[in-house]
Amino acid sequence: MKFQRVKAVAKKEFLHVIRDWRSLIMGLAIPMLLLFMFGYALTLDVDQVPLMVWDQSNTPASRDVVSSFTGSRYFTLAGYTDKYREIERAIDERRALVALVIPPDFARRLDAGRQARVQALVDGSDSNTATIALGYAEFIVAGYSGRVALERLGRTSGAALTQPITVEPRVWFNADMLSRNAIVPGLIAVIMMVIAALLTSLTVAREWETGTMEQLISTPLTGPELIIGKLVPYFCIGIVDLILSLLVGRYVFQVPFRGDRPLLLAMSILFLIVALALGMLISIVGKSQFVASQFAMVATLLPAFLLSGFVFPIENMPFLLRIFTHIIPARYFVTILRGIYLKGVGLSVLWGEALFLVVFGGVVLTVAMWRFRKKIT
Amino acid sequence: MCSQKNREHSPYFSHGDLDNTVTLKELVKRFGDFTAVNRISLDVKKGEIFGFLGPNGAGKSTTIRMLCGILRPSGGSGTVAGFDIVTDAEQIKEHIGYMSQKFSLYEDLTVEENIDFYSGIYKIPAEKKQPRKEWVIAMAGLAEHRASLTATLSGGWKQRLALGCAILHEPPIIFLDEPTSGVDPISRRNFWDLIYRLAADGITVFVTTHYMDEAEYCDRLGFIYRGELIALGTPEELKTRHMAEEIVEVLCERPQDAMEIIEELPGIRHAALFGRGLHVVAERAVEAIPAITARLATAGFQAPQPERIVPSLEDVFVSLIETKDREAAPQQEFER
Repeated sequence: MKFQRVKAVAKKEFLHVIRDWRSLIMGLAIPMLLLFMFGYALTLDVDQVPLMVWDQSNTPASRDVVSSFTGSRYFTLAGYTDKYREIERAIDERRALVALVIPPDFARRLDAGRQARVQALVDGSDSNTATIALGYAEFIVAGYSGRVALERLGRTSGAALTQPITVEPRVWFNADMLSRNAIVPGLIAVIMMVIAALLTSLTVAREWETGTMEQLISTPLTGPELIIGKLVPYFCIGIVDLILSLLVGRYVFQVPFRGDRPLLLAMSILFLIVALALGMLISIVGKSQFVASQFAMVATLLPAFLLSGFVFPIENMPFLLRIFTHIIPARYFVTILRGIYLKGVGLSVLWGEALFLVVFGGVVLTVAMWRFRKKIT
Repeated sequence: MCSQKNREHSPYFSHGDLDNTVTLKELVKRFGDFTAVNRISLDVKKGEIFGFLGPNGAGKSTTIRMLCGILRPSGGSGTVAGFDIVTDAEQIKEHIGYMSQKFSLYEDLTVEENIDFYSGIYKIPAEKKQPRKEWVIAMAGLAEHRASLTATLSGGWKQRLALGCAILHEPPIIFLDEPTSGVDPISRRNFWDLIYRLAADGITVFVTTHYMDEAEYCDRLGFIYRGELIALGTPEELKTRHMAEEIVEVLCERPQDAMEIIEELPGIRHAALFGRGLHVVAERAVEAIPAITARLATAGFQAPQPERIVPSLEDVFVSLIETKDREAAPQQEFER
């Protein structure tokens, strides 16, 4: 491999990228768009659930229940009503997600020491949110009912009682339990795949389409020289995207960074090489820009989105799909990113993932070089 | 015609066998059932301009691609600059310049950037880079457009720039695949002047074309038709030896009507409009001339005495093709 030739190819490829504003936009604007879109919009946190209340009891006790709902960060009051019809409308119109109905005999039953019930109506059209909201409701009611039980006991025994067991939760790594803190690092993996999949997949195919490849393969330029040279500019774009993503993560989304920056950089470079090699292989095999870009979407971008554990937990996937995720490089990089970013762990924990990326990248790059033929077929 | 080549002083004759720089033996290329190149054998001498002539789809490009080592032959053998086209394809690429049909330049790069790219690819030594670049720019007449994007250049300029990029590394052999297609006549003329200059420096030029006038400029020609080499020789040899029939030129009014009458005469193969008159292909001119004169006179044509002429290359080629077509069952035209 001759450096002079690699340099010539890299320089030419840089010029292509600079002259073609579409690829520049794809390389820089799309990652930022993804970052802002997902950072702001893709929140899996359920809080401030709009709550409709029908307090048929209208007693101090029932108002106490209502205020323990509205006083929590999980629910906000959407309004009071005295008709089921209005509850139905509110849920239909998405003004309320949960409705709390307190029956007329609520206070009476409580005072009589009997079991009282409240009804929670939940909009199940988004089952994930519904489950979480219902969980919050049960949690609040359980807390309230614990207090009532203790008061009763205290009244009969005369002693001030406390709850026998309480949980003192302490959440590590993501103390605020903001899903954004997990999503932003994971996004970096997706963004790098976008660069590789969509930009690199076009480069070799384009030269076959325009006919310049026929000229290139009649020169002494070798396959590895061409491939390495072509990867250089996209590698640089990838690094710029990485730095931009880190800055946006830190200063726009305030995602804490606990790990080792050089390690993160090294791992990102590793993943970038894997992703670029994959895009290059697709471009070499695809031979037409259309085929290559379509294939790149299916083979790299979608798995990075869906199967990396970036949004959807791998543990929840069916068995076969779970097995399949083991050959998705993004899966390992998401683990690495979250590990370094949020937990601040090092290679002693992440070496397995890193090793996979090294092997995967090496294999793909070798196959790409082997598959590239200086022949017309 | 450029026949004077200062071979003794040329730097390009260090490698390979004695006289021939391209040798082909029974070269075959098949694409599936279709035979694009059918057992072609030929030799090209060092320093000559060899023209490969044939209609579109005859197998010219396919052959040239095999010679450049970018297409694997299905059978036969060949050498270029002393290297085997099957086993040493990569060495061949060090010693040749190839210009494909599309003048494959990067349209979004400037003239200079294209040259710089190829001078990197060919590993032109640092001290030679600038002089070679200036040489190409001067040769292509692009001094005022050196910073222009290639996309904005006209066909003739692109063609000369592509040639310049292909010979930056001063290869001893250059392959030009229809270098003048889609270029205006003046640019074509200029381009052939360039080819002569390269040949005068001792460079071997292997050029394909379907323009008959260009064929006249070549030292030697190969006619290719439906994948087969149907004639090989200098333009003079082809015109005098390769044609079984003789050509009679008839100048008359209403040549179209005259053509129909003449074609009905015995011993006449066919007639074709040619300039102001007709070229009549006859088995024997001495018999045809009095017959044509008599027939035209009875039909009331005012015509001077027909004359036997030396056939043009086009006459020869058309005649060879017709002979071939009569021999062979019609084969599908194949465009590649």
